[in-house]
Amino acid sequence: MNIRLLALLGFVLLAGRTSAQEPTNLSSILGEDKPEKTYIKSAFKSTRVINGHSMEFLSAGTMDFRILHRFGELSNGLNNFFGLDEASMRMGLDFGLRRNLMIGIGRSTFKKELDGYIKYAPISQATGPGASPLTVALVTGITANTLLFADTTRKNYFTSRLAYYFQAIIGRKFSDAFTLQLTPTLVHTNLTSVLAPSDQYALGMGGRLKVSRRVALTVDYFYRVNGRTENLYDPLSVGVDIETGGHVFQLHFSNATGMNERAFINETTNSWGEAELRFGFNLSRVFQLKKQKA
Amino acid sequence: MKTIILFISLIAFGIHGIAQDKYFTKTGTIRIDATSSTSPEKISATNRTVSCVLDTKTGNLLFVVLMKAFQFEKALMQEHFNENYVESDKFPKADFKGQVTSAPLPDFSKDGQYPIQVKGTLTMHGQSKQVDAKGTITLKDGKIILESSIEVLLGDYSISIPGLVADKVSKTASIVIDCNLQPYKG
Repeated sequence: MNIRLLALLGFVLLAGRTSAQEPTNLSSILGEDKPEKTYIKSAFKSTRVINGHSMEFLSAGTMDFRILHRFGELSNGLNNFFGLDEASMRMGLDFGLRRNLMIGIGRSTFKKELDGYIKYAPISQATGPGASPLTVALVTGITANTLLFADTTRKNYFTSRLAYYFQAIIGRKFSDAFTLQLTPTLVHTNLTSVLAPSDQYALGMGGRLKVSRRVALTVDYFYRVNGRTENLYDPLSVGVDIETGGHVFQLHFSNATGMNERAFINETTNSWGEAELRFGFNLSRVFQLKKQKA
Repeated sequence: MKTIILFISLIAFGIHGIAQDKYFTKTGTIRIDATSSTSPEKISATNRTVSCVLDTKTGNLLFVVLMKAFQFEKALMQEHFNENYVESDKFPKADFKGQVTSAPLPDFSKDGQYPIQVKGTLTMHGQSKQVDAKGTITLKDGKIILESSIEVLLGDYSISIPGLVADKVSKTASIVIDCNLQPYKG
């Protein structure tokens, strides 16, 4: 009886000791970190790879003012200042509505074309439990050519000015430095020229390689699946993104002059093979419209 | 027999009671400000998920800060902070391990406000540096409010400010700490 009691006493005392034993390390009090699902950011420096949409979204409550220039052919030589004497441009405003939803409008000098789009990501790449390794985003856009109709003797419809595009962006930020995306695209043009089909399918590829904290190399290519006629080419652009605080400069060389999906996929009439290259840049300036709680 | 059991339980509870000399929080606040005097915009952010533990017996002090939890007014600023300056993916946490050096330690059983001196190591962006700081401890209703403010030279932690933004981002940052600690019940 006494021995049992003593054993019990000893056991309780010991148990009491161990449970009350002080953690020698203060950090053990804070416990283990629960891994949280975190959406990745900065897959690309901008919402466009160069011409095409990227898997990156504007943060909610921000506006991106974009000024795009495409100059003349480099091969024009000194007389035309290597193409810089002539410029085609697009001005646009993009708005971040949600983490995974943005809209934008723009107007290009080429064909005095208006364009607008909605971009939404049902799946966003993230880290942590239950996270997707990929971003899948969907873009739908519309363009409207506002030039005077070429042939005024025939009956012209407003719908003849319109074209639509539908795009899926499947992308992954593989590492801090490297991002790759594929963008199957359909451009439907209501009234086409004889050259291009009214339904143009294309497969886009965009990549980014970060070379320093503020500089990245980019490549943007669209392979046209159908309508591969003689005088049209696949748009290929290679460039460098430079980030300077609130601005992103995207400087590049390209055979494309178009600055919306219809224009650069359907109407690239220059070829890298014949060295018909142009210099161009995108300038992006992001404004915070709605301040975050800080 | 009954007295023995009473004795046992007394000892057992007594031991638990003694263990209450650690105070902690996981919702402390740190405010950072690196606004340069010539900057048109404020470069500042708040983190409301700071973890802090204080051992009132030894004066040992620990802070753990999740870098991605700093909230800026401007989303782009927050992105650049994480991406280009503190590189939160590579260095997700900053911490401070130190000790209250001002002797004697305040009497933690009495309400009141006490100035303290703290010495320790601040690790941020993969770099560690010795830090001395002044602060106050306020004791009220069994809780501890810990307040302090320090200035750090960003260059000490390999955080470089490029010339292009030097007119906006200062080379030093002020760090203002405000933690409300609760007793830790192991």
